[in-house]
Amino acid sequence: MKTSPAAAQWIDICALDDIVPDTGVAALVNGVQIAIFRVGGSDAPDALYAIGNFDPFSDANVIARGIVGDLGGELVVASPVYKQHFSLKTGICLEDAEVSVPTYAVRLCDGIVQVAP
Amino acid sequence: MDKTKLVVIGNGMVGHKLLEAVVASGAAAQFSITVLCEEPRPAYDRVHLSEFFAGKSAEDLSLVQGNFFDDNGIHLHLKDKAVGIDRAAKTVKTAAGAEIPYDKLVLATGSYPFVPPVPGKDREGCFVYRTIEDLEAMTAWGKKSKVGVVVGGGLLGLECAKALKDMNLQTHVVEFAPRLMTVQVDDGGGRVLRKKIEELGVIVHTQKNTLEIVDGPGMGVAGRYAMKFADGSQLETDMIVFSAGIRPRDELAPLAGLNRGERGGIAVDEFCRTNDPDIYAIGECALYQGRIYGLVAPGYQMAQVVADQLTGKTESTFRGADMSTKLKLLGVDVASIGDAQGSTKGALSYSFVDERKQIYKKLVVDASGKLLLGAVLVGEAEEYGTLLQMMLNGMSLPDAPEMLILPISEGTARPQMGLDALPAGAQICSCNNVSKGAICAAIDEGCTTLGALKKSTKAATSCGGCGPLVTQILKHELKARGVAVSNALCEHFAYSRQELFHLVKLGGIKTFDELLEKHGKGHGCDICKPTTASILASIYNEHVLKPKHAKLQDTNDYYLANLQKNGTYSIIPRVTGGEITPDGLIAIGAIAKKYGLYTKITGGQRIDMFGAQVHELPLIWRELIDAGFESGHAYGKSLRTVKSCVGSTWCRYGVQDSVSLAIEIENRYRGVRSPHKMKLAVSGCTRECAEAQSKDFGVIATEHGWNLYVAGNGGMKPRHADLFAGDLDHDTLIKYIDRLMMFYIRTADRLQRTSVWLENLEGGIDYLRKVVVEDSLGIGAELEADMRLLIDTYECEWKKAINDPAVLKRFRTFVNSNEVDPNVLFVEERGQIRPANEEERKSRLGSIPVVTESSH
Ligand code: SRM
Ligand SMILES: Cc1cc2nc3c(=O)[nH]c(=O)nc-3n(C[C@H](O)[C@H](O)[C@H](O)COP(=O)(O)OP(=O)(O)OC[C@H]3O[C@@H](n4cnc5c(N)ncnc54)[C@H](O)[C@@H]3O)c2cc1C
Ligand code: SF4
Ligand code: FES
Repeated sequence: MKTSPAAAQWIDICALDDIVPDTGVAALVNGVQIAIFRVGGSDAPDALYAIGNFDPFSDANVIARGIVGDLGGELVVASPVYKQHFSLKTGICLEDAEVSVPTYAVRLCDGIVQVAP
Repeated sequence: MDKTKLVVIGNGMVGHKLLEAVVASGAAAQFSITVLCEEPRPAYDRVHLSEFFAGKSAEDLSLVQGNFFDDNGIHLHLKDKAVGIDRAAKTVKTAAGAEIPYDKLVLATGSYPFVPPVPGKDREGCFVYRTIEDLEAMTAWGKKSKVGVVVGGGLLGLECAKALKDMNLQTHVVEFAPRLMTVQVDDGGGRVLRKKIEELGVIVHTQKNTLEIVDGPGMGVAGRYAMKFADGSQLETDMIVFSAGIRPRDELAPLAGLNRGERGGIAVDEFCRTNDPDIYAIGECALYQGRIYGLVAPGYQMAQVVADQLTGKTESTFRGADMSTKLKLLGVDVASIGDAQGSTKGALSYSFVDERKQIYKKLVVDASGKLLLGAVLVGEAEEYGTLLQMMLNGMSLPDAPEMLILPISEGTARPQMGLDALPAGAQICSCNNVSKGAICAAIDEGCTTLGALKKSTKAATSCGGCGPLVTQILKHELKARGVAVSNALCEHFAYSRQELFHLVKLGGIKTFDELLEKHGKGHGCDICKPTTASILASIYNEHVLKPKHAKLQDTNDYYLANLQKNGTYSIIPRVTGGEITPDGLIAIGAIAKKYGLYTKITGGQRIDMFGAQVHELPLIWRELIDAGFESGHAYGKSLRTVKSCVGSTWCRYGVQDSVSLAIEIENRYRGVRSPHKMKLAVSGCTRECAEAQSKDFGVIATEHGWNLYVAGNGGMKPRHADLFAGDLDHDTLIKYIDRLMMFYIRTADRLQRTSVWLENLEGGIDYLRKVVVEDSLGIGAELEADMRLLIDTYECEWKKAINDPAVLKRFRTFVNSNEVDPNVLFVEERGQIRPANEEERKSRLGSIPVVTESSH
């Protein structure tokens, strides 16, 4: 996973409630588009993931609008354009391991979602 | 090398099959082929002739593929009849005066309908039933009539009675013998058949010998005849159709010194050769071992034998054919197998009669009780395929043969024929001569669905009678090959879409999480989530953007718009039936202009506006809704458009108001979610300007009502829709569509259009008719009620969305900024925007320092 530089500068993005459970939102952070996902679990608290919003297959900024799920135990998002799956944890494309999107550190702090780009 | 001059007299079903077989052999180039065709059009499907009354045109019935004659260099003489054969000179003389030389000659002249020699038979208003011209004449006369009589209660006579019924005539069948269908069924079967047919409103008179036809007090304006019978009674009518058997057209034979049978027919040997080795006869004009074969399948076999003989495969022979048949007469299933009358010495029989449901079934077995000799099935004929194979292949009967025809109680299976015991050579599809071996070979080559098998082997593509057996073999063979026929939706659910639908409905499950917990595993994925969303919507019709459903939606459904290649969306408001007011056009124009959207007329008779970003969608929709528009559901797997033609309101040919009906239908089903998108259309007359036959459900106006077509498809694999029912009144039409649509929603696979669904539906369109028209599953009322719920709970998804702040909040390009996506760039083309291509984007983006631009 790409680690954030200089001991992480956490930036406030939105309230957790701004993200519908099991979906994503797009955030613009210093000119970079980040897709942030909130993945609920019936037994575990919501987990957050942040990866690049740019879909390398369609060249469009759409990853945040994909459907979240799991394939072979790996949490993924399916690009809404041509449906390739990207790992939420590693950003690697399941259909073509050569292709990946960047990943970002993300956390919940007092009900606020923060990323460190 | 000189080509062999081949002349074929007659371009009926069998004559044409011969031409096809010669072409298929690859040897057509060795022949110079001339075909004499007495009729004004080349070969057509006489077997399905009656469908002409239900709206099929002469072209629909044509058997000629593309430019078959030109492509293969075959000289076709239309409307020219052979009148003589000079065997010494080897020429055929035609009515038009031509003398055509031949090396090999094939007679395929078919038969003519026998008209008993009763005085008065040649009056106007007396018809036979054999050619398209006969049907056209009947239709014209039928319009001026109220009562019609068919003389002859055999197979063709009953089909003809159906035609008269379809013309809304009071219909009578007059039969000389004491029962109907004397050849194919026995007394018991005849009784049940008669009762069923009488219930359908056809009046049956048996043991009537017609003496003469005289003037009488008919009820219509046309005919007014009276038929006088030997028993002193009489029957008044406006038209009479003779269908009292066929006679071979062998009139050329005696002139040329070719041998005929005592009661007619051109005598042939096992090579289908006459007493002149260069002259063959095939089809209904040919007599083999004293027998005329009045069915198309034996004729096709003869055609193949002659094609083989001509192309050097001299071992090929015709040794008689099985005359078993399965038919649907006036909607009643009738099947006759082998020795149906039990006339074999020592034959024993088993029979079963259900007078309530009017079912009659009989087995004829040999004296030892081990072999099946024949069977009769009336009212229900599902066992036809199995019994036929048992008879043809001499397979041994189970210990209790009666189990083969006794009704089975719910949950138990009828003893199946051991499919393994069926030899590879067993003919499964007699229409297209497909053996079990050929089916297995196709399965080995990768055909794993009924649809694929049909395409590759042609099995089950003609009369459809073999469909259930083909499906049985497919399943059996797949299992034998260890192919787990997994219909699991995805790794999260071990169920097919159809099974999930039932789990949801019966379990009253209302959310994806509940379904996953009870019947699945993991988190779900982009397959099972939208599928479940669609199922829930098809059952409960809750708003798709309710918090519990939102996460299931594909982006199109989530933003209620269609995603485009650059991440923007397109917007299509509903334009019901394609009808739009000038004010509506102006409003769309004004809104598109204000938001800088690209506009285009779609292939679905409405207007698409492209290039909107997520945050603009609610703004645009507020304006559209204020202007009176509603969601067009272009984004959903749901009802799309009901295309219309202008119809009788304006068009000089229209016979019904197609626009009003299209609007009514679109309003009825708008918003209904389904396994895949559904498209409908309504045309105002048979010219079919709305292209209804390419739609999932298509409606075409007739003079008496509406014809309903199902399972048409445009797209990547076009399919012409099948005629489902003809001349329906408005309410029946709507009822059928309700049932059909809901049945499709319940039983189709994910992303399966109606075309593929029907191709794979066991029993095909006949089964579908049973379910929908006859309500054989007893679910008709339930299907209608389920549809009613969807209709009653319809709301415009956009209207609801723009009035819900929680939902509106989701329509943001960035959750933390009001910027727009800098990657979305447009250039101008033909006065409108279009997405910038990669180069254009790079050159523009390159000049904009992206990072600083948006770092505030
Ligand atoms: C906009 C439109 C083309 C146009 O500019 O005219 C269109 C556009 C799309 N069609 Fe279509 N189809 C459009 C009419 C048609 C028609 C013509 C018709 O409806 O009479 C057909 C053939 C008829 C048919 O469906 O049988 C058609 C057959 C398809 C198919 C092939 C379906 C098939 O069964 O083979 C697809 C692919 C699919 O659905 O899997 C498709 C898919 C699509 C998609 C959704 C592809 C996609 O995923 O992006 C396109 C996006 C729609 C959008 O608004 O962005 N579209 N598409 C038409 C919208 C009609 C409307 O008013 O709603
Ligand atoms: C209404 C109807 C329903 C039927 N239903 C079924 C069914 O369900 N199942 C089934 O198996 N069979 C059915 N049949 C029978 C089937 O249609 C025939 O078996 C089949 O058409 C025979 O083909 P054929 O080529 O021998 O004759 P035809 O199809 O009659 O063709 C003979 C052609 O030769 C032409 N001809 C005759 N003499 C000359 C000449 N001297 N010169 C030039 N041309 C000439 C005729 O005009 C005709 O076009 C049905 C028939 C009818 C009428
Ligand atoms: S289908 Fe018939 S009624 Fe409709 S526009 Fe065409 S010609 Fe006119
Ligand atoms: S037997 Fe008629 S289609 Fe197969």
